[in-house]
Amino acid sequence: MIRLFMCLCLAVAVLASPLRAQEGPLRIEITEGVIEPLPYAVPSFVPGNAAASELSANIARVIASDLNGTGLFRQIPDAAHISRITSFASPVQFSDWKAINAQALIVGAVDVDATGRVTVRFRLFDVFAGQELGQGLQLVGTTDGWRRIAHKVADQVYSRLTGESGYFDSRVVFVSETGPKGSRQKRLAIMDYDGANVTYLTDADALVLAPRFSPLGNKVLYTSYETGEPRIYELEVGSARRRPLESQAGTMSFAPRFAPDGRSLVYSLSQSGNTDLFRMDLGTGRSDRLTSAPSIETAPSFSPDGGQIVFESDRSGTPQIYVMPAAGGEARRISFGQGRYGTPVWSPRGDLIAFTKQSKGRFHIGVMRTDGSEERLLTASFLDEGPTWAPNGRVIMFTRETQGEQGSSNLYSVDITGRNLRQVATSTGASDPAWSPLQE
Amino acid sequence: MNILYKFLLIGTVLIVSACSNSNLFGRGADGSDLISGAGDVSDPRSPAYFQQTVGDRVLFVVDQSTLTTEGRAILDGQADWLNTNTEFNALIEGHADEQGTRDYNLALGGRRANAVQEYLVSRGVAETRLRIVSFGKERPIEICSEEACYAKNRRAVTVVSAGPVS
Repeated sequence: MIRLFMCLCLAVAVLASPLRAQEGPLRIEITEGVIEPLPYAVPSFVPGNAAASELSANIARVIASDLNGTGLFRQIPDAAHISRITSFASPVQFSDWKAINAQALIVGAVDVDATGRVTVRFRLFDVFAGQELGQGLQLVGTTDGWRRIAHKVADQVYSRLTGESGYFDSRVVFVSETGPKGSRQKRLAIMDYDGANVTYLTDADALVLAPRFSPLGNKVLYTSYETGEPRIYELEVGSARRRPLESQAGTMSFAPRFAPDGRSLVYSLSQSGNTDLFRMDLGTGRSDRLTSAPSIETAPSFSPDGGQIVFESDRSGTPQIYVMPAAGGEARRISFGQGRYGTPVWSPRGDLIAFTKQSKGRFHIGVMRTDGSEERLLTASFLDEGPTWAPNGRVIMFTRETQGEQGSSNLYSVDITGRNLRQVATSTGASDPAWSPLQE
Repeated sequence: MNILYKFLLIGTVLIVSACSNSNLFGRGADGSDLISGAGDVSDPRSPAYFQQTVGDRVLFVVDQSTLTTEGRAILDGQADWLNTNTEFNALIEGHADEQGTRDYNLALGGRRANAVQEYLVSRGVAETRLRIVSFGKERPIEICSEEACYAKNRRAVTVVSAGPVS
């Protein structure tokens, strides 16, 4: 029923290649946002045998799709290539790649043995410097897991060219939506970050909302109406086994999120119409109250060091964003712009908080520094909400819902510079994405 | 043999859990449609009468959970009906319109349902007969993206049934 995670054993070995000192290495600066994407070429990988020929082309295609999807790189199509890479070991004809202005060149080889074991080797070249960038790498996996190998290669390329870690070998847990707006069916689903390999984690019998990954990506917290009222659950991704975490009679619980150490969670508990924040120790199941106010306190998210919690409250009269110590205590408001703020999420780097803003009848995804300064709105539409961070803190995925009776939800991603807004391919409607950490 | 046994056991567990899911949200819990078996609307003791003649819902202003004058009048009728028909219990569903985040709207729906519950209790309905739940913005009754629809979606619906309260 549930596809187990591919057991992908990745052995990383340094190929024989002299370590070169990097003098002014090819580097794309992404801090201020990139105006001109870096042109590169990724010819089909060289198949070591007939069994590897299809995979060789597919792996190069997925690497290109990852890199192109960032908006930071521009692929030079195969048809424009002058040289053909027919051997992984042969010297690269740099002049041929210079002639088509490929600044970076990715060369690889794929071997598949009789047991279905895939070995992928690749090298990245700085064409204009005429040298290899970093060291050649070898990745080993299974044929089922070929996409993960491709994502790992792309992560390496991204990281060598930007100086930052990648985010391609990651997954997204989300809510798959079908049916008309008035009676939508919702199921938890998980997929690769690019929309491939979708697996459903729950059936459509109970309404489910807002899944959130554990720090290791092996568990998910979410809200389900399984018992008739919203309650928080913990689900193991591998087995899809779930357990309710909060079942006090006469209460509703929602908006759960793991602490960075994975041992506790913070969530909203609603009792007699009042919603406050609580923190539950997953070992003992015991909950401690963090807030005690007649206002609504919800959408909590930990700082990456676990020391603080950012959350949404309407204690001032409208929903705004506040930060408090992770054990509770005095909260300080950090959102002061015009409008209503919600769903704050601390970035994995700790430097920014992403949020949903509602202003003048429009919804925005935005980011601000953790003291509330330097607010920047990245998107605008009829309804954008629920940001989640890529593991490297460079990209945000969110829900966009269109207007009216035919309105539907889809996932979008945008760079934290506000560039490169694009829809994430999903076969059904989709909402409430949560991005996993990079996979091991 | 052992493996086959395990397989059968897993199958049994799946069937059992599927059955226990049979009364979940999404199967007519909305209160917006006529509940089958709700009885004849001309019978003042029927849920159909409660829904259509007494009025099963009250509406709210944007972001508010304060009862309006009209709302209180409807709830007076609901309280009278519940005080007369004591074999019925009620589930009060709080809802919000789509303008707002999912989490906030869940909390807001809880506030609205609670406002109705408190009012009914103040009018003599035993609290033990009432239960509240919020659906946030998950179950709009009107699906246009205009105030005419939003106004109908910002609601608390009292769903009466002869079953136990929870």
